[in-house]
Amino acid sequence: MTRHLFLSSLLALSATGALADEIRVLNWQGYGTDLGWAVEAFAEATGHSVVHEYFTSEQEMLTKLRTNPGAYDVVLINAAFTRQARDEGLIGAIDTSGMANFGTVADGFLESELVIDGAVFGVPWTWGLTSFAVNTAAFETVPDSIEVFWDPAHKGRVSIRDDALEVVQFGALATGQDINDIADLDAVEAKLAELMPQIRTFWSSENDWNQFMAAGELDVATYWSGSAARSADMGLPVEFVVPKEGAVAWLDGLSIPDSSTKKEAAVAFIDWMIDPEFYVGWDKEGAPASANAAAADALPDDSFNKRVLGDPDVVARVTFQAPVDDATREKYLALWQGLKARQ
Amino acid sequence: MAGTLSAGDGRRAARLLAPAYLWLTLAVFLPLSAMLFFSFLTAAPFGDKPVEATLSNYRAFFETSTYALLLWKSIKLGLWVTGACILIGYPCALVLAKQIRGRAREALFLLVILPFWSNSLVRIFSWAIVLRGNGVLDRALDAVWPGDVRLALMFTPAAVVIGLVHSYLPYVILTSYLALQAIDDDIVEAARSLGARRLTILWRLVLPLSLPGLLAGAVLVFVPVVGSFMEPRILGGRFGTYYGTVIEDQFVAVFNWPLGAALSFILLAVVLLILGVSSPVLRRGMQ
Repeated sequence: MTRHLFLSSLLALSATGALADEIRVLNWQGYGTDLGWAVEAFAEATGHSVVHEYFTSEQEMLTKLRTNPGAYDVVLINAAFTRQARDEGLIGAIDTSGMANFGTVADGFLESELVIDGAVFGVPWTWGLTSFAVNTAAFETVPDSIEVFWDPAHKGRVSIRDDALEVVQFGALATGQDINDIADLDAVEAKLAELMPQIRTFWSSENDWNQFMAAGELDVATYWSGSAARSADMGLPVEFVVPKEGAVAWLDGLSIPDSSTKKEAAVAFIDWMIDPEFYVGWDKEGAPASANAAAADALPDDSFNKRVLGDPDVVARVTFQAPVDDATREKYLALWQGLKARQ
Repeated sequence: MAGTLSAGDGRRAARLLAPAYLWLTLAVFLPLSAMLFFSFLTAAPFGDKPVEATLSNYRAFFETSTYALLLWKSIKLGLWVTGACILIGYPCALVLAKQIRGRAREALFLLVILPFWSNSLVRIFSWAIVLRGNGVLDRALDAVWPGDVRLALMFTPAAVVIGLVHSYLPYVILTSYLALQAIDDDIVEAARSLGARRLTILWRLVLPLSLPGLLAGAVLVFVPVVGSFMEPRILGGRFGTYYGTVIEDQFVAVFNWPLGAALSFILLAVVLLILGVSSPVLRRGMQ
């Protein structure tokens, strides 16, 4: 039924867009848009083919947009960077009137950084949490406080991601500060300095994380909600925790570069990306939470995204990440590098 | 000899050398000068953002103690690894060159070069499997040793040294082997017939004669180890932050190419300085 609806709505769209286009998508590798079955279903329904290009950091994504005008039609931009991309004229306002699924996007996400002065510069796509996960074999009861990282009982069995912004915001949560406006950076640094001897290693990718957990090297490590769902699916004994101190939430949007010449095909692709049918399929392979309320509702009740992130108590504890300017970013990087250098 | 080159010889030499210099220009000089250029800019010159010339990237090195601290850490790592490579590699080369003959030598030689045939990343990940807690090494020791053995080598500076020594050991063995091979056995025989003991022969004769090869090997190990980043990152855990990893971060994680380039050139300058200061010693050894 939904499939039929989707196909007909896409057919209606593609009837107006004359011919089959090849659209180029710029995204992280393995992040939803490049799922083989999804791209094939899209090509079948609209005739448009999808080609991918990947970035490994937000700075690289911005640079690619700056240096290759016209090369991309859809780009994934984290809400913390959408305003910067718009201010540089890299992305344009999106005409959402033709999107069949836009109407069910949760209102909260339309009040985010993705919508500027009433114009949609990024279609809210996915969101998730940066918090931590524990090895359930190492705990009798799952901890509810971030202080578990400082617990001497887990010395040498702790890991955090090697990323300055994430680390500093983690320190802000542990010292009871606002992640988007850290008043006492010295307190964060002191708290993190105490954390360092607890740490076994840093992780940098989901693959790293899974390997360390599978080898039994770690009891507790910072993690992303979507990744935790995937790791649990793989059979690792992990449980994602949103502690009482709170957690950092992020929102990813799909944007269309101002220089794109295939905007209609791009809109159709984004519409498919927020389609509940696509999302339910993606969730089976481990997806972040969807920003489309209808897609989130379509999940089975036992799915991680519905069970953990659908809990209103959890949602009340999270803080969405605000844009971070370059000067602050550099300050955090210097703090983090200094801490690491002194090991 | 060089003074007696005729004009024709000179032209022929130039013709013969031209491909080598062309290659050096294309593969070394041009990319390096592009990086040198980047290191004086405010941002990597991609896109419309205006860039200006600046010295701030070089100044950044001196503004905090972080970079100097890391550089010192990396130099110490280089000394450790070079020392370990010499201690292990030179005796190996000596045995290979002077004790073993025929097929056995070929087979052993193959074993020495074998690590070069596998990708360095594969080698380092294999070490990670061996060294990690409950890994191959721990289990093997557990099987032969009574009691609970926990080496916990993974994610320590020792693990980084082990991985790097394994990667770079062949350089020392190969260069020392070539130098040792060139020593005439008759000289050793002569010394022995005059009553020199084995240690005296090694210390007064073999070592000085093979020193050029040993020193060349040491330089070949020291220079890349000071800038290494992959091995510390994978094996070093929270101790794995070195000068090389910070440069890598500038290029990969935070996309600050100018600062990464500036830090690289400071590293180059420091390494050249170290080699320059030690060059009287090196030159005496090379003669």
